[in-house]
Amino acid sequence: MANRVVVTGLGIVAPNGVGIPMFIEAIKNGRSGIKYHSQLQDLQFSCQIAGRPELSTELISSCFTELELRNFNSEGILYGIIAGIEAWKNAGLSLEREEDPDWDSGTIFGAGTSGIEKFREAIYKIDEKQVRKLGSNAVMQTMASGVSAYLGGKLGLGNQVSTNSSACTTGAESVLIAFERIQSGKAKRMLAGSTSDGGPYIWAGFDAMKVCTYKHNETPERGSRPMSLSASGFVPACGAGALLLESLDSAVERGAVIYAEVLGGHINSGGQRGTGTMTAPNSKAVQNCISSALKNTGLHADQIDVINGHLTATIMDSTEIRNWCTALGRSGEHFPYINALKGMTGHGLSASGSMECVASVLQIAEGFLFPNINCEDLHPDIAAQIDPQKIPLHYHPHPIEYLAKASFGFGDVNACIIFKKYRS
Amino acid sequence: MNKEELLSRLKVIVSNYTQNKEALDSINEDTDFLKDLKINSANLVDVVLDVEEEFGIEIDNLSMEKMLSVRAAIEIIENKLHEAGRE
Repeated sequence: MANRVVVTGLGIVAPNGVGIPMFIEAIKNGRSGIKYHSQLQDLQFSCQIAGRPELSTELISSCFTELELRNFNSEGILYGIIAGIEAWKNAGLSLEREEDPDWDSGTIFGAGTSGIEKFREAIYKIDEKQVRKLGSNAVMQTMASGVSAYLGGKLGLGNQVSTNSSACTTGAESVLIAFERIQSGKAKRMLAGSTSDGGPYIWAGFDAMKVCTYKHNETPERGSRPMSLSASGFVPACGAGALLLESLDSAVERGAVIYAEVLGGHINSGGQRGTGTMTAPNSKAVQNCISSALKNTGLHADQIDVINGHLTATIMDSTEIRNWCTALGRSGEHFPYINALKGMTGHGLSASGSMECVASVLQIAEGFLFPNINCEDLHPDIAAQIDPQKIPLHYHPHPIEYLAKASFGFGDVNACIIFKKYRS
Repeated sequence: MNKEELLSRLKVIVSNYTQNKEALDSINEDTDFLKDLKINSANLVDVVLDVEEEFGIEIDNLSMEKMLSVRAAIEIIENKLHEAGRE
């Protein structure tokens, strides 16, 4: 029999809040984490604003040994470890070092790249014929699976320890891979999450593609504007989100606090056919992903109360709304409530899906809708499809039974997860 | 440079990598980097790089392989300093 899967721990390193308590407060109050970065101006970026979490030295040294921090220069691993350890502790799990690994616990912790700054450092040394000066730690900080490898050691994980990568779908995908592993009985607990490096070497490629906004360098907090008429591209960001997924049996046995249930979902690709390309989604595939998620969880489209969208603040936002309308067969006043975290955090790339899953689960657990900031001038193409009331501009308490979360990524890949209020 | 001074400067370097602080307190020429100080073998290359920087010498691959104990390290450092005419 398939195991039910619940969320028992959360962790986050977001541009607008590091740690769950600060993040909850930030999203309830619509606080933006977007700031002007003079480094981006110095490097002549068009977009000079970004979302980058601020970490205290105390927090960093509580998660890493002094030795690990020697020559450490991997922002993505740093965020991932801090978020991952928070979720683990938040679930009431121990960090005591046991002799044997915990065979029942593993991690799927995604990343887009790893240690890009470390890699840059290494490349300079290599080109100066100083290979030997790389020392011992270039590999673990730059290997794609660096983040899951560090977590595996810190938590003593004995089940699957791996990193997935599917561009901006990464975070949502990690949750579904972890879900399936518990559902099938191969693990009791999986730390699901994702992280993203930040800084100019990650963001430059997007700046060059002209997909980031350059119109808000003077007004950073107003820069990330999902669903808005004046949206002019996304604001690059970074961070990490983590969710401790656990079989319901294990959670109940431990007496763990349950935030929400993961009902399941679907992962697919548009094959870069139809409207799909390397960078644009095949709408048919997006719709298929959403309807398959409903089918896999045995839900009817009318049961979805809230959508947490991908919604990056580009011209694709209205296409996304259209795809939700088509897939759910709901529009106008019948459309569910919908919100976009990226208005506050910017687009955390490979970390975005997991940060948004954390925000989604918090909304279910506490029963509220976070505000869509910077959407006071709703795009008329969106207003023509759904009732503007369904896009709350202010925080309000709201009980949620079923929430659909989707993420889409370069490569024409999609993931849709259905979270449910947990009832024993 | 006498052996005592060499040892004390070496001690500072290995203190960053040792997982056995007690063995560090009683460090002497017979101390083994892996067995006694429990230094992760991957970190041996970092110890060598730090030694190079501290003493302004360059340690070749062959010497590097032999640098597994305090005695070997001191011998290698002394040789390299001697070659450089800086004893």
